[in-house]
Amino acid sequence: MSRPVLSIRDLKVEFVTRRGVLRAIDGVSFDIARGEVLGVVGESGAGKSLTGSAVIGLIDPPGRIAGGEILLNGERIDDLPAAAMREIRGRRIGMVFQDPLTSLNPLYRVGDQITETILAHLDVSAAEARRRAIDLLKEVGIPAAERRIDGYPHEFPGGMRQRVVLALALCAEPDLVIADEPTTALDVSVQAQIIALLRRLCAERGTAVMLITHDMGVIAETADRVAVMYAGRVAEIGPVRAVVKDPLHPYAKGLMGSIPTLEGAADRLVQIPGSMPRLNAIPRGCAFRPRCGSAFARCHIERPEPLRVGEHDVACFLYAQGAPAEPAAAGPGTEARR
Amino acid sequence: MLAFILRRLLQSVVVMITVGLIAFSMFRFVGDPVNQVVSLDTPREQREQIRKAMGLDDPVPIQFLNYMKRAAQLDFGISYQFRTPVTTLIGERMPATLELAFAAAFLALAVGIPMGVYTALRRHSVLSSFFMTVSLVGVSLPTFLIAILLRYVFSVQLGWLPSFGRGEVVNLGYWTTGLLTLSGLKALILPAITLGLFQMTLIMRLVRAEMLEVLRTDYIRFARARGLRTRSIHFGHALKNTLVPVITITGLQLGSIIAFALITEYVFQWPGMGVLFLGAVQNVDIPIMAAYLMLIAFMFVTINLIVDLLYSVVDPRLRTSMRAAT
Ligand SMILES: Nc1ncnc2c1ncn2[C@@H]1O[C@H](COP(=O)(O)OP(=O)(O)OP(=O)(O)O)[C@@H](O)[C@H]1O
Ligand SMILES: [Mg+2]
Repeated sequence: MSRPVLSIRDLKVEFVTRRGVLRAIDGVSFDIARGEVLGVVGESGAGKSLTGSAVIGLIDPPGRIAGGEILLNGERIDDLPAAAMREIRGRRIGMVFQDPLTSLNPLYRVGDQITETILAHLDVSAAEARRRAIDLLKEVGIPAAERRIDGYPHEFPGGMRQRVVLALALCAEPDLVIADEPTTALDVSVQAQIIALLRRLCAERGTAVMLITHDMGVIAETADRVAVMYAGRVAEIGPVRAVVKDPLHPYAKGLMGSIPTLEGAADRLVQIPGSMPRLNAIPRGCAFRPRCGSAFARCHIERPEPLRVGEHDVACFLYAQGAPAEPAAAGPGTEARR
Repeated sequence: MLAFILRRLLQSVVVMITVGLIAFSMFRFVGDPVNQVVSLDTPREQREQIRKAMGLDDPVPIQFLNYMKRAAQLDFGISYQFRTPVTTLIGERMPATLELAFAAAFLALAVGIPMGVYTALRRHSVLSSFFMTVSLVGVSLPTFLIAILLRYVFSVQLGWLPSFGRGEVVNLGYWTTGLLTLSGLKALILPAITLGLFQMTLIMRLVRAEMLEVLRTDYIRFARARGLRTRSIHFGHALKNTLVPVITITGLQLGSIIAFALITEYVFQWPGMGVLFLGAVQNVDIPIMAAYLMLIAFMFVTINLIVDLLYSVVDPRLRTSMRAAT
């Protein structure tokens, strides 16, 4: 296999506060290959956005990267000076935020925002940048692109604006796109279109995608692999088919159990009891242990490291040697389903 | 857009008529206007003659109409004190006041905006805390005290700048300017600082607050994620978004700078409209007071109109909503 586009190794992100140092990301590792879509899921506050911010170098004080490495095409980017990191942002890593209504500067023409991004990264003339901007707008499905390029953001409806944002993220042909809940703020009717567009554009260009979302349906349809995050760690990661159909980690089971399906509609819509611990109250041992129906002695003491189980990497002692028998049958999701 | 301007113009006319009514009624509150022009021993029939000549026998609404008609032609009557047309008196002094006011406004913007941007971008630097402290002083010290301090330091102690007057002026027909001579420029410095200091600190604090707000927005974060240069993010994307409130405040403040220039004018013996107005108040010279009132109102109305138009230049969303609203 060729070198991954993005490789995160044991990433740690901390916030220095008056009451001490809070570790929001605690040893996250994963890779994304060229052309691959990695879905990232997990409850609110799990650290999904923060991981994305760390990759693109936009963690603002009091936050800081406290450890680990981030490699883009094999080169470290987490320790680059600010000017070098700026050249990577937009050029080699594109980003799409949640709310297209607020992502665009209201006072600038859409076309000017695209051309300024192109000119910031590529050595082309202004006229060429404008030509490219029009092509891009056409490609993301903006009708009458030649005319609308001179429109202001407020003249575009929400779905159209997110198309413009996609064009902006892709205008310098990055190797990686981080899409942080790109459709959450949109009308349900256009969500699927935007996701399909993202998928198509990135597939055509061979762009790797880190797709953060709460929508398991989107993950199932779009992602190649999926990472389940919990309390600043990756609980489970693996091919989407395996993790969605046959999750191993008790938390992943609970999460996947909450996807509504056609067969078992209502009774499968379960919530995992309890809530994620706050950063200043993460328990010793496994962070999920207080909510886990299958916890045993070891879970109180040690933090589980990812283990290879089939196609999955799962951070749970149920799959380690010396675990109580029949781990696969246990877990809160299964219990709740009964 | 045209309909919008027309509507605003109509509103302005309504405001001016209202102010005109107030100005007009001042004449009637202060006793018989005839007494202001005659001496104690003027015979009765001569008084009646004057009364007639002044149109004071007409019904009040007609008098008001006539007053407004004349005002529209810039005829505000004859000053009681100077026995000269009020328009001439104000016309002579307006250039001094306007030059002072615009110099003060220019100073406030040219220093206030950069200081606001700087204190927002370098929030924790020593210089920022210094600016913030200075701005507190600017906000809290009364104008006359600032004037006296400045005069004491730069005129009395250092002797660098004149402590009163306007210096040498050049006559350009309708306008006398102090901006073309060295002594005129030197004379302008202290009054302009005095008048502009409060506005400067106001603008600095406003720009700082707006800038901090804008820097937190999603589109700034997205601009950073697009890899734009910090300079173009700060001075293009962010600064432009702080301009709408700055324009509002500057517009409103420009009106009050002109209106309240009188304290500064008084302290520095600046030969402007403010000094003329203060003299008029002391001598109950109603025509001047009324004309001054209407002039100031006219300036406020005009500035407001310009501010509204400037908005639409800066913010495309307002352009659309103006079109939609009309
Ligand atoms: N500026 C900050 N100061 C302190 N803690 C922060 C700050 N920003 C984020 N955090 C913490 O970091 C953790 C991870 O936040 P993050 O935004 O990555 O969550 P998320 O998984 O994206 O959640 P959501 O689904 O709500 O977007 C949260 O516990 C949050 O409280
Ligand atoms: Mg998030």
